[in-house]
Amino acid sequence: MSKVLIFAEFSHGQLKKGALELLSAARSAGLHATAVLLGTGAKTTAQQLGAWGVSEALVGDNAGFDQYNPEIFATTVAQAIKDSGADVVLASSTMMARDLFPRVAAKLDTAVVGDCTELSLKGDVTARRPLFSGKCTAGVSFTTSGPKIILMRANQLPVGDAGTASAVALKELPAPTTGGLGTLVKAVVKGTSEKLDLTEANIIVAGGRGLKEAANFKLLNDLADVCGATVGASRAVVDAGWVPHTIQVGQTGKTVAPSLYIAVGISGAIQHLAGMSGSKVIVAINKDANAPIFQKATYGIVGDLFEVVPALTQEFKAIL
Amino acid sequence: MKIFVCIKQVPDTETKIKLKPDGSGVDFAGVKWVMNPYDEFAVEEAIKTREAGKATNVTVLSVGPKTRIVETLRTAMAMGADDAIAIDAADDLDSISTARALAAAIKAEGEYGMVLTGKLAIDDNAASVGQMVAEFLNIPHATVVSKIELADSATVERETEGGTKEILELKKPMLIAANKGLNMPRYASLPGIMKAKKKPIKELTLDGLGVTATATRVKHVAYQLPAEKPPVKMLDGDFSAQAKTLAQLLRSEAKVL
Repeated sequence: MSKVLIFAEFSHGQLKKGALELLSAARSAGLHATAVLLGTGAKTTAQQLGAWGVSEALVGDNAGFDQYNPEIFATTVAQAIKDSGADVVLASSTMMARDLFPRVAAKLDTAVVGDCTELSLKGDVTARRPLFSGKCTAGVSFTTSGPKIILMRANQLPVGDAGTASAVALKELPAPTTGGLGTLVKAVVKGTSEKLDLTEANIIVAGGRGLKEAANFKLLNDLADVCGATVGASRAVVDAGWVPHTIQVGQTGKTVAPSLYIAVGISGAIQHLAGMSGSKVIVAINKDANAPIFQKATYGIVGDLFEVVPALTQEFKAIL
Repeated sequence: MKIFVCIKQVPDTETKIKLKPDGSGVDFAGVKWVMNPYDEFAVEEAIKTREAGKATNVTVLSVGPKTRIVETLRTAMAMGADDAIAIDAADDLDSISTARALAAAIKAEGEYGMVLTGKLAIDDNAASVGQMVAEFLNIPHATVVSKIELADSATVERETEGGTKEILELKKPMLIAANKGLNMPRYASLPGIMKAKKKPIKELTLDGLGVTATATRVKHVAYQLPAEKPPVKMLDGDFSAQAKTLAQLLRSEAKVL
């Protein structure tokens, strides 16, 4: 049976949804996972893990872990993996994990696979991931004798219900090293958005050229507010300077896989489809019935978005 | 100061992907190859840095089938890189072996100030080789970088989740993986293309760099095309009827609201 280590990200004392997905998966597979938590509040947050079948956590409850420094984290996490003897390491495929784990894998002479969309923990651990911008998928076959590091895209695995709380044994990780570092975190400038990041969002409302001008993104913000969505955008409107690159979905932007993706005034260029075709349900609202986005959509509305979107906002308000 | 830029040749975004009949990989016949878009930002940044008098030489490196990747190396030299190193390898070499080869090739060249690359390659989306090269060279790294200020050290800006920005200071030498927004990559000019034909390409092998088949840690297998989506359900009526129907379907049929 695999010995699983889960890198559990949390913020403000709450485990992130991606971490809960992995904890649920390990529990369903009947595996006793160990968790790693880094940052202030790690000890108290780790106590929540008992309800997810975790009986042991490795904690670095130290302000030195509150900001992500790749060198410090790589040293700490690689050592924790080694000491735990884990043969499978799971983490949510967040921006931090994708930066961190390749360096950890290099330290441990092992493999890391990022942005996986399928995971099986029963028997031999396997995963699948999209390649070539989602034009195909492939399974991963590990040839490493070291730990198999798998980073799962958010929203791919079900989150079960928390079980009965039970005690979690804590092992403290050494304090972060401070000497001899080549990397200094000078500042972290928090984004203004209170919403979930695109990569974690369950619902995304995205806009394109069809909105005609930047100010009309307000229509999308209104719709997003009603259904708790995060707003995204196509490359065309990012290049036009209407909205920041941080919200671009597609090849040179973010890859997303929400339960619901509402594409408003987006024609569906290949490079946009590459970033969102993994969404569970896709709604396309466009005035051009021949727009390629309709070929990827679950539901399509040919119409004037300036009429349809406000009407949809009202309908959502009525039922939500 | 020398700059190394690690670049990858990838199928063009618009290219249709066909699989080998046995699912063991992709059939690359007829595929149009281009420089990975994120690596273009890295090449541009290196050339700009040299033009600003902060670097003396820009060397581009790539790992892959030798006769094919030289085209992309020539493109980088046509943009303005000074010379190139081609490391001959199979298409599907894993990230860690690729990184070992690149790090060994860079080490063998002697002193350097900076290594640049793209934040990920759009073919395998591994986003791993840069950080691994940095580890093997024992130098600091930053990924997803949209701004670099280079002096005695590099101050970089990187985007993370929710529009948050991190400002990092990295000691030299360092590895930086470029994001969109770092710069606007130039097109190769005709004189640039002519000049690139005469620029040197050093050819290396994995064996020569001490990277053997036993260094492989993971492989992609059992390739599949995505399942066909059921056809789109178009909603009729005027806009208020369409909106009403959609809200109902999302709630009761798709169950996503």
